[in-house]
Amino acid sequence: MTFELFLFYLFAAVTLGSAIAVVTVRNPIYAALFLILAFFTSAATWVLLEAEFLGVVLVLVYVGAVMVLFLFVIMMLDIQIDTLKEGFIRYLPVGLLVAVAVATEMILVMKSDVFNKVAIPDPAPLSVSNTETLGEVLYTEYVFPFEVAAVILVVAIIAAIVLTLRRREGVKKQDPSKQVRVRRDDRVRLVKMKAEKRS
Amino acid sequence: METLTTFLNSFLPEGLTTLIIILLKIIAILLPLILAVAYTTFAERKIIGYMQVRMGPNRVGPKGWLQPIADTVKLMFKEIISPTKASTVVFIIAPMLALAPALAVWSIIPFWDGGVLADVNAGLLLVLAITSLDVFGVILAGWASNSKYAILSSLRVGAQVVAYEIAMGFALVGVLMAAGSLNLTEIVRAQEGGITNWFVWPLIGLFLVYFISGVAETNRAPFDVAEGESEIVAGFHVEYSGMAFALFFLAEYAMMILISTLTALLFWGGWLSPFGHALDNVPVLGTILGDGFHWLFIKALFFLFCYLWFRATFPRYRYDQIMRLGWKVLIPVTLVWIFGEGVAIALGWKPWL
Repeated sequence: MTFELFLFYLFAAVTLGSAIAVVTVRNPIYAALFLILAFFTSAATWVLLEAEFLGVVLVLVYVGAVMVLFLFVIMMLDIQIDTLKEGFIRYLPVGLLVAVAVATEMILVMKSDVFNKVAIPDPAPLSVSNTETLGEVLYTEYVFPFEVAAVILVVAIIAAIVLTLRRREGVKKQDPSKQVRVRRDDRVRLVKMKAEKRS
Repeated sequence: METLTTFLNSFLPEGLTTLIIILLKIIAILLPLILAVAYTTFAERKIIGYMQVRMGPNRVGPKGWLQPIADTVKLMFKEIISPTKASTVVFIIAPMLALAPALAVWSIIPFWDGGVLADVNAGLLLVLAITSLDVFGVILAGWASNSKYAILSSLRVGAQVVAYEIAMGFALVGVLMAAGSLNLTEIVRAQEGGITNWFVWPLIGLFLVYFISGVAETNRAPFDVAEGESEIVAGFHVEYSGMAFALFFLAEYAMMILISTLTALLFWGGWLSPFGHALDNVPVLGTILGDGFHWLFIKALFFLFCYLWFRATFPRYRYDQIMRLGWKVLIPVTLVWIFGEGVAIALGWKPWL
């Protein structure tokens, strides 16, 4: 067994184990932590596949930003662990049905000729930079879909901001730019006066 | 290095030799780093002391030079108390999660031309990715402490770090556009040719944004609302004691040194000499005035000094002002700068070439 193969099995085992733990542990914070571990190890697997750009971006976007916000929300909610576990038996048949359906579909797709007919291309030489190649393809061949995706994302951002934006009348709010602009003359007035005589 | 490899190869298998060599290199990087962290704490107390017209620590050893060692010994022998009804596992893991990324990034930092442990193609991205993991230590510490102050602090840190990471990333986009590479060694090489060729001049706005976000990212004054002792006692590490507490400090200072080094590498030419190659042939001074690790060291030291200087100078930002600065000032500045830089590159003006 080569070292690379050993690493692959190690990362794959950790990914599977933590993915199972995500759905089985009781504490939602632990579930989020296991999800982070699963992301991290799958990023490591991608790096083994020489897709270092995708691996790094997975860590950067999902682990570094999305999961931070996830943890944020979970920590702020007061989650009752007992009520979460209620109704396990009741939902079990539906869950099993979905699981079996997904599993059969995946097995059928994987077993089909579509996957087996494609010849595996030779790996690119190590000197080719992953990031550069991806960028080149993205900005030449796929530039239109890429920009459409960008526009959709901007719409989503604006929608999210508009949904949470609410203005209320009569709220005493600070305006930092006003506060920053304040000069001494606005606040302090120096008055010259003669000393008063003691009566 | 060559002789060591052949010596080890004579009685060990190939793979093991590589492993041992890599481990030795890691130790060679981390030991000086830990020592630097210890003496940064000392420098901080001394420098801020002198800025405030007092002596700073001067009791342990000559002029107080053994103070960090005394501190370490004290912290090592203190009891680690874990709070009741808190998650002990996460409580113990959190400080390690804070420290590990801060140390891991050093594997891709080039110290001189070719003096790097792992010469990664996507080095700059990797730096961003690993430093973004640093926030988990703080967030989890806050949650695992089962304390209101700690969790308030970790919520503050989470929002702050996510906000400033964006500005930081955009500042780095400007650097990689100018250098045309993500590899840190290549980025420094692109700045070759004396002080006028360093990226700080065409990218001065991005440099300022990067350093400000770097200060915010490490939760240092004036952005240290995470610890705001007047409001939330000590923030996320209020329940920590002994070595677990010390790990947070190690992480914070290692990150400070890292941000200073990265600023020197990305904007100030790293190990390059400000004189370029003009003085390389001067008899004795040539080696000192030429490129070398000492230039990187001096530059990084200057930025580290700036960290301490800021702490002694600026009052702490209010929380909403931090958010305003991050989202409404720094990010628009970087966007405009990147746009201008893109136009300049497209039109072929490259003042730095």
